[in-house]
This record gives sequence, C-alpha cells and structure tokens, in this order.
Amino acid sequence: MPELNLTSAPAHLRHGSNIGQPLTRRDGILKVTGRATYAADNHPPGMLFAVMAVSSIARGRVTSLDVAAAKRHPGVVDVMTPDHKPQLAIDPEIKTNPFVFRMEVLQSNEVRYANQPIAVVIAETLEAATEGVALLAPRYDELPPLVGLDAGETFVPPVVGVGNPSEHHHGDVEAGLAAAEKRIDATYETPPQYHNAMEPHAIVASWDGDRLQIDMPTQGLMLSLARIAELFGIAQDKIHIRSPFLGGGFGSKGLMTGPPTLGIMAAKLVGRPVKLVLRREQMYGPVGHRAPTRQRLRIGADGEGRLTALDHHARTVSSTFDDFYEPAADASHTLYAAAAIRTSHDAVRVNTGTPLFMRAPGEATGSIALESAIDEMAWACGIDPLAFRLKNYAEVEPISGKPFSSKALRACYEQGAARFGWAKRSLQPRQMRDDDGLLVGWGVGTATFPALMFQAEARAAIRRDGSGVMEIGAHDMGQGAWTALAQIAADAVGLDVDRVEFKAGTSDLPDAGIAGGSAHTATAGSAIHSAGAAVIAKLADLATNDERSPLFGAGNAGVIARDGRLIRRDDESRGESYAEILARAGVAEVEARGTGAPNPAAMEEYAMHAHGAVFAEVKVDPELGQVRVTRMVGAFAAGRIVNPRMVQSQLCGGLIWGMSFALHEEAVTDRRSGRIMNANLGEYHIPVNADVPPLDVITVEEHDPHVNALGIKGVGEIGITGSAGAVANAVWHATGVRVRRFPIRIEELLTQR
Amino acid sequence: MKQFDYVRPGTIAEAVAAAARPGAVYLAAGTNLLDLMKGGVSRPDRLVDVTHLNGLDGIETLADGGLRIGALVNNADLAHNAEFARSYPAVAEALLSGASAQLRNAATVGGNLLQRTRCAYFYDTASRCNKREPGSGCDARDGENRSHAVLGWSESCIATHPSDFCVPLVALDAVVEIEGSNGRREIALDALHRLPGDTPGRESVLEPGDLIVAVRLPPAARGFAAHARYLKVRERTSYAFALVSAAAALRIENGRIAEARLALGGVAAKPWRARAAEDVLGNVAPTPDAFQEAAWRALEGAKPSGDNAFKIELARRIVVRALLLAAAGTPARIPALPASPFASISGAIHA
Amino acid sequence: MNHSISLTVNGARRDFVLDDPRVTLLDLLRERLHLTGTKKGCDRGQCGACTILVDGKRINSCLALAISHDGADILTIEGVARGDQLHPVQAAFIANDGFQCGFCTPGQIMSAIGMMREGQAGNDPERVRECMSGNLCRCGAYAGIVDAVLEAQAGMDETNQRRSA
Repeated sequence: MPELNLTSAPAHLRHGSNIGQPLTRRDGILKVTGRATYAADNHPPGMLFAVMAVSSIARGRVTSLDVAAAKRHPGVVDVMTPDHKPQLAIDPEIKTNPFVFRMEVLQSNEVRYANQPIAVVIAETLEAATEGVALLAPRYDELPPLVGLDAGETFVPPVVGVGNPSEHHHGDVEAGLAAAEKRIDATYETPPQYHNAMEPHAIVASWDGDRLQIDMPTQGLMLSLARIAELFGIAQDKIHIRSPFLGGGFGSKGLMTGPPTLGIMAAKLVGRPVKLVLRREQMYGPVGHRAPTRQRLRIGADGEGRLTALDHHARTVSSTFDDFYEPAADASHTLYAAAAIRTSHDAVRVNTGTPLFMRAPGEATGSIALESAIDEMAWACGIDPLAFRLKNYAEVEPISGKPFSSKALRACYEQGAARFGWAKRSLQPRQMRDDDGLLVGWGVGTATFPALMFQAEARAAIRRDGSGVMEIGAHDMGQGAWTALAQIAADAVGLDVDRVEFKAGTSDLPDAGIAGGSAHTATAGSAIHSAGAAVIAKLADLATNDERSPLFGAGNAGVIARDGRLIRRDDESRGESYAEILARAGVAEVEARGTGAPNPAAMEEYAMHAHGAVFAEVKVDPELGQVRVTRMVGAFAAGRIVNPRMVQSQLCGGLIWGMSFALHEEAVTDRRSGRIMNANLGEYHIPVNADVPPLDVITVEEHDPHVNALGIKGVGEIGITGSAGAVANAVWHATGVRVRRFPIRIEELLTQR
Repeated sequence: MKQFDYVRPGTIAEAVAAAARPGAVYLAAGTNLLDLMKGGVSRPDRLVDVTHLNGLDGIETLADGGLRIGALVNNADLAHNAEFARSYPAVAEALLSGASAQLRNAATVGGNLLQRTRCAYFYDTASRCNKREPGSGCDARDGENRSHAVLGWSESCIATHPSDFCVPLVALDAVVEIEGSNGRREIALDALHRLPGDTPGRESVLEPGDLIVAVRLPPAARGFAAHARYLKVRERTSYAFALVSAAAALRIENGRIAEARLALGGVAAKPWRARAAEDVLGNVAPTPDAFQEAAWRALEGAKPSGDNAFKIELARRIVVRALLLAAAGTPARIPALPASPFASISGAIHA
Repeated sequence: MNHSISLTVNGARRDFVLDDPRVTLLDLLRERLHLTGTKKGCDRGQCGACTILVDGKRINSCLALAISHDGADILTIEGVARGDQLHPVQAAFIANDGFQCGFCTPGQIMSAIGMMREGQAGNDPERVRECMSGNLCRCGAYAGIVDAVLEAQAGMDETNQRRSA
C-alpha cells in the first residue's frame, strides 16, 4: 500500500472550503434525540449485569466475602473473586510499556486503596447484581493507610508526567534570588480532583469463542486493544472495540484500567455478554485522578520588576504500587522570562488509586500556583499584574532558549484586556464595589499548553461515484472529532463535507493515536490530510498520465483538487470530475494511506506552545464571603482553528474548569480511613449552570508553519490554564485576601469587615 | 438495594397499620429514601407507598386564616402557588433555594420535613455513626467536619438537618398534623425534630407508623409577609445544601419591630429557632445595631464541633443580613437566585 | 412478588409485569424497555442526566420507583421529536452548540422542556441558569445551553403571540 508522509503542504490540496467553517456538530441530531449510542446503551441478547464490589478500607487485605449469601439472592448468576476468575495471559502488574498502568483485577486479596475492586457480582438484573454486592459483606484486615502530602518519606521521582525529567535548571536561581530587590516565597496547595465525566466508565463485553466484542468509551482505541490482547492472550484482530461516543473523558478513559478489564473477565467467566457500569462513587479510585500538590514558589525581581529568578518546587503523591507524578512545576518552563529558572518535584506514596492524566496534567495545577505567585510579585513590585506579565514576556522559551514556532500571546493580552476593560482596574485590592455593595475583583492569568503531536494513520478513498471515504479510529469525547476531522477530511480530498463518508470510533480502523494532550485534531488531522493528499495524488496520476484527460501532462503537482474535480493549476477552466477520471480508468475506487507524526527536526529547533490570556471578574459578598464569578474573557492563540464553533465551546469548557479549580473542586479524604468522603456529585462540587457567567472567548489569529502541516495547536486543555489563576487573583483583588489553598473556601474570606 | 415488600394502602388507616410494623418505612416521592437505600444507609423490609392516598395533596386556607398544606403537596407546587408565595414569601424562597427543579417537582412537604442529614459519615456505611447504628460511635467528631453542627450537638452526633423549607416554617410556628396508631395529633414543628443527646438515632418524636398528613401555618404567620426573607450561603450558586442559612420575618409597625421571627438552618440537628434573638427585637427600630445584638443572641451557646468555628461567625453575619433584607421589605417577586446573597441586596451591605 | 403496572411512555400505553419492586423508572426505561436515550450519570439525583417528564413535570427518574408510578404518563427524549422534525429545544441545542460529549444532553433537553412548561424563567437568562442548575454538564456547555433555551423560549413566545393575534 503506497504511503505518503507529509512534510509540507501538498501543492494540489486547498484548504478553507471546509476547514475554518463553524459547522454545527455532525452528530448533533443523534445526540439531541437520544439516539447516540454510548457504551452502556448496548444490550446484546442474553446479556447479564455485572456490578463491582469495592473496598471500604484503603490498605490491608480482604479476609472474607460472603459469596454464598450473594448467590442466594434471586437472579445472581455468579460471583467473581480472586479465587474464582478466569486466568489472565500475563500478570497485570507487569508494565510492558510506559502507557501500561497497574490495575486491580482480583489477582490477590490485597487492598491498596479505598474503592478498589474486590469482587464482581453477575446477575440477570441490575437490581440483583447490586444487592448481591451488598450481601458480600466483606471483612478485612486493615492497616493504617498512608494519606496526604505528608504521609511518609519523600523521594524524587525519576520522571514526572510522561517522561519529563523531574528537575530542570536554567541559570543560577540562588544568585538570582540573592540579587533580587523583591522576593516572595509562597506555598500553594491543590487538592485531589476527579475527572467525573458525566458518563460513568462502562463496558459491554461479549465473547464468541476467542473473539471479543467490546463497547467501551475510550480515548485510545489502539492502546486499549493492545492491552486487552496482551491481558487475554488473544490476537488483536480477534478484538473489536466500538467507541463512537464518549460521554466525556478528560484523561480518565485514556488507558485501560481495572473495571473494564473486569467486565471482560466476567463475560468470560459466565460465557454470556456482560455489562459493567461503574457507580458514580466507584469512579473515585480505580480510574485515575489528579493528584494533590503542594507547591513552593520563590521568585525574585529587580527594581524594574524584571524577574531575576523563579524557583518552582512541587510535592505530589503517587500510589503505593505505581508511578504517575503530576508535573506541576513544569508550568514554569515556558511563560516568564526569568534570568534563572529551576523546577523540581518530589513525592510521597499514599494509599490511593494511581493518579493519572486529568485535563492539563501538570499545567493546570502548576498554572494556578504560578499565576498566583506572579500576581503576588506584581503587587510586591507595585505594578499592574498585566503590565508585569508583559514586562517579563518571554521572547524565547526561557528554560530552553529556543525560539517559539509562533507565539501570539501579546495579541492575546491586548485583545483580551481591551474586551474586558482591564485598563479601569484599580491597582490596590478591595477598592471596587458594585451598586449592591459587593466587592468586585479583576484578575488575569496567562494560559499555555504545549502543541503536541502523536502518531496516527488514516485511509482515504475516492469512489467511482465521486464521493470520498476517510477512515481513522479517532475518538469523539465531546471535542467534536466527528465534525472537525470530517472537515479536514473533506478539504483533504477536495470534496464538500457531505460528500465524504467519515468513519471513526472503532478499533478496526487505522490507528488515530490517543485523544489526549490536546493533540488529537492535529495528529489525526495530519494523518487525514496526508491520506487525502496521497489519494488525490493517485487520482491525479490516473488523469495526468492519460492522454484522453484534459489534465494530461499537467503532472500531479500541476493540478488542484476542488469540489470533486481536479483542475489545472495554470488553467482552471481545464479539469474533470473524480467520477469521470475513475470511470475512464475503469477503477471502482482509488485508496491511499497517510500518517501524521511529530516532526523531530522542527521540535529540535522550536518551542511549540499555544498561549492565551484570561481575565476574570468576581464578586464577593464582603460579609458572607460567598464568591461568584461574574465575567470571564479568554483570548487564545492556538494556531489554525478548524471549527470555530467547537473551539469556542471547548475553550469555554476549559474556563469553567479553571473556575471550578479555583472555587469548587476538591475530593475530601478522611485522614484516618483514606476514604473519600464526598465521592458523589452532590458534595464533590463542579459548577452548575448558575455558577457560570457570560463567557467571552476570542481566538487570536495565529499561523504556525512548524507545528504540523495544518498549523493546528489544539485547544482541549489550554482553557483550564490561566483561568484558575485569573479567578484566584480576582478573589484577591476583590478582598485583599490571598488564599493559597485551593479551592478557595468561604471561611478564608470571612475577614474583619 | 435490599429486597422489600411493596405495599400500597388504600386509606390512611391502612397505611398507619402497615407502617407500624418493624422494618417498614413510608415511601413518598422517594427522593431521599431511594438515595439512602441505594447507598445501603437505609435497608427497609417494607415500603408503604403513600403517594396514591387521596386527600393529602391539597393546599387549603382555613376559616381562621391559617393554611393547611397536605403532606403530599410537592415542593415546587407549593412554592409556585401564587397565594402561598404572597402570604409566606420566605417559605417559598426557601423551597426554591433547595435541591434542583427536578427534585422539587417530586419531593413532598412531608418528606422534606423528614429528610435525613447529609453528614458524610452517616452516608458512608463503613464509618461509625450513632445515628445510623446506635452505639457504634461518631467518626465525624474527629473527621472532616467543617460543615457540621455548632448548636445543640452532642458528643454522640454533630450532624445537621439539611432542610431549607423547615427553617422559615419553624420561625412561623408551623404545626405538624400526624396520623398514628392512636389517631390524629398535632405538634409544633419546633418539637418534631430532636436534638441528638445520647440517642441521635431518634431524629424525631414520631412513633412507628406515624404519618405526617399535613403542615399548618397559623393565622399569625401571614402577618410577616411584607418583611420576610430566607438567606442561604452555600458552596456553589445553586444545587447545594446550606452551609448556614437563616429565615427572618418581621412585623413592622410605625417604623418599629412589633414582632420578629428568626430561625437558622445548617447549624444543628433541627431547624434552629432563635427565640432569644427574637426577644431583643421586640419593639425596637430595625437598625443594624439591633440586628447585631440579635445575631449575638442567636448564636449564644454555639460552639464548634470540629473544624467549623467559622460557621458561628458566618451564622451571625447571615442573621444580620437576613434581618436587614427582611426589614428592607419582601421583593415583589422571588429573586432569580432564591435565597442567594447574589440576589438583589441593595442597601443591605454595610461594610 | 410480581406487580402489574401500566405506563404511558411517549404516547403509547405499556402494560407489563414488574418482577421486582426495586426497579427505578430510569432502569425500567433503559434496561427493560431499551429506551436508552435517558442517561444514568449518578443514580442519586445529583446530576440530572436522567431527567424525564412524568405527568408533564421534570423529575430525576433515578430516584423514582417504577412501581409507585403506576398509571403515569412518561415523556423521554425519544418521544420529543415528531418523526424527523426536531422539537424546537432540540434544534436550538444544535444551533447553539449546547453540548459537547452529549451525555447530559437528553436530560438537559427534557429539563428545558419541563422548565418552559413551568413558566417560571421566561426569557431572563439568570432565571434560566438557576432553573437549569439541576443538570450538570462536565464539558461546560452551559453558555450554549442557556442560549439554546432562550432561543427556543423566544420561538415559543413568538408562536404563541401569532396564535393569539
């Protein structure tokens, strides 16, 4: 199969007829009519219901389960326990690659965290399975759990995030601090947070001999496929996963975890299709979370307000049995031009499910601390916080010295500030009131997120009728892949979007890479673009080599694909339709594959990041301390915008996550038991509609020739960076109270009147 | 959820008989009961479904000027009843500040009165809880307790009562009509809920089989309609339980307070009537100073039960604000954000 | 013990024997009637994804026992459109991008329809926000949701005016 690797924009493709259009969602009708099929909506014939039993202790072992009592309950078919389960092909504790995380799938009776799966009850009805779980009445040998950021000995993890060194140095931080005229030394804390996608993790699994059919929301079809194949010892081509829609993922559905694995095991055990859906409270454990952090920032500035040193240290936690370290301090690498920068991490192990990627892992946690500290320093220097940020604007990436592939942050600051009306802000805090007497505060934060690329492949075809096909195992978790990637596909094959059959969301399609790192549109889009280029090149070959074609002799670079026709670049009146070309050639269809991948040479030369500036207004009741965000403006520069409507929505969602980080979200852990005491949506607060003010998102034009052929940087995560800090800074500006423990609580603002 | 027998009685008498048996509970809308059953907190053997009983869903003005609200009237219908909202605006505001529109459409008046605490240790069946399992201990006492009680708590239990509705009701001297094995009786709402003492499992004075059939507001309750507010501080703008709330109702004559009513929510195991505060507001001008004095009286005897000392100060401030808002006058329409500090507050902030 | 109950679901009368009184309306719809448009987000009345109309009123179907609703008239997301013609609220959700992942969307739409029937919010954005606060959206599509509701409300007001004119 011929492949074409994209190194630059192919001459015969034109973008713009579809890319850049604010199309409504192509899956919109399915979603508003209830016909979009999420994993748990499947119900194959003979299906049973599986419900997990989870541990109520955080450390120790299960000593007994009353399996007999559960089995006595009418409708209970079987109970899967460490003593009664199908064997796996490999030990799930073995990490076969860096994207494999250890999971609890009943391999022993050891308990490593609260809410760990300890058994699965399988029954004819959901009601029976659910009560069967209660009847198991587990007993435990309990050990004192390790809880919190001071749980035990600290250590320096070898890497943080995905393979980042845990320490970075640039220049001499201590000398920079010593030479500084102003210094701040402040410590910030962020709590554990849980993704809480609206759709609970779910799987419907059916075995047919050694073939396995799975419905499961996943942000990584091929990674899941590979992991399942490995765990169950079957060839990848025996497994078919459908994941057409995810009810949100935010990182928690990226990698294979224990619960869906248990669903597959349960189906194998009973020899019937099984549906296993997590209860909401069970999502607080085995499917990842954002680890808590304690971050100390030491910053120095000279008499002019220029940063002389920035030292950012983050403490975080991982589980007792696996490694993921929230790379919080790395947020200080790229934004501010300090003469010296040091970032470092250390960690303790606690009895928790292993932390994982959660929307902007590291960037979000690091950003709220950094943006708060920068604000504190601006105040210490007596400088407007926006002016202070501009004064320390990084013209090259501070930590590496590399030029940016593009950086329209200055325009973000300008346009955002103008829209917000920032110029009217008082320098002093607690100066502004509204007509009702509420305190008003304005805050700013800088947003940044790396422009990443992974690996992907796509297959394109042009059919005899002139229509196109684009196939890629891409994932739509709400970001709009069904629409945005179809737009890229349409431009890639020179057709209107309605003339391209766009296939995605199943594991039998080419590998689209993971939907994460804000890189899916760029990565999958590049593969699509490349596949489209390749198929058009083949079509052009058919035409330009055929003397009966009006395109004969033009050469495949001498034609343009547009509206289902190839036309001569030097004479646009000469061309013919795809259908005509294929008909004359007597070919049913032409097809080609393409790949998307990072460009190592460009990465070596350039720092690649999206940027933004977020402005927030809060109102605070001066006596009661209740806070409400009343306005937010975010201006973002993220390269090419494929679908402005959907980009707007994602960025708004990010702003809401930022507000939530600053004011709402926190998993409260009982320090004695290690159990999360608000593992629900009633008391783990995420913003409700009434919390969300009018949001104003500006996308600043930015052309980036280096990040990828399409110039896309991604917008999935950047919205939560900058915004959390902007809200926190606005609360300070409203009240004069600097809260360094997040979320900001009412009691911190109950100051003297 | 444990298996249970489902009983649908045809009459109140049948209901009382069916529910008097051990292990039986009443089912109304189920918005609280089913939640508790799903969490394993409540595991009844028998559900006595009263939703099909006739005659419990009316709102009726009585000859003496009082109002009788059937126990099965749902929260939304009551709050949106124009006559009710006009006569008892703080009650309507409290109702609309509770839960969500969906829950208010289902939840009943009787169920609201009897809803259980939101204490996380009560809900977490692996924790010790004297309310859920008498004698087991209280893990909240030394646990995550910043939202817990500051008034009327005991070493056995520091949980709070979560109702918004009950707060203005208790301020307005609401009466509860109960049908029981020995016939009908009525008690003051203030006497319905018990403070925990050594027996926090007994949350109310109801006996097995007792069915709340109506809540009555006495004629005098209408006298406060011009100056009545409910104010609720919570951790998001909507759809959250109160950290602290207050209902304030004033009868103002010739520029002086003829009579004041005040109750607090989120501070104790019952809606907390602050009579000492009411007393200092008799026949005084409605001034911030008077309200400050009332706030101090209202929180007399308050003490932290854990990491929640702030709630005492917060409660004082809420009392002052609620009284100021009440003095300023009931708004013509319930604010867009009922009971929120971010509803219209012109003139109420004096900082 | 088996219980015979009858419900009207999206206009059609359904009689069936319920073998278990524990079945909620939500699980009845999803697992027994295979009407899976209604979603289970929390199963505890804390998210609104399971919102349906029962006798014209929006409620959380996860906290309603099916057996107790014998005789009820139920409207779910599947019964909102007329054939291919979307309900104005559905159309407005698409036009205003009132969703991302779509999982909360059926509940949001049912809640919006219920809210418009209640008539308490009108065209006041602040009241719409408050009255729609029983439906969580983790993607954060709230702005689009409010715009969609206001647009649908405006359309309805216009239709009503035309009718009364």
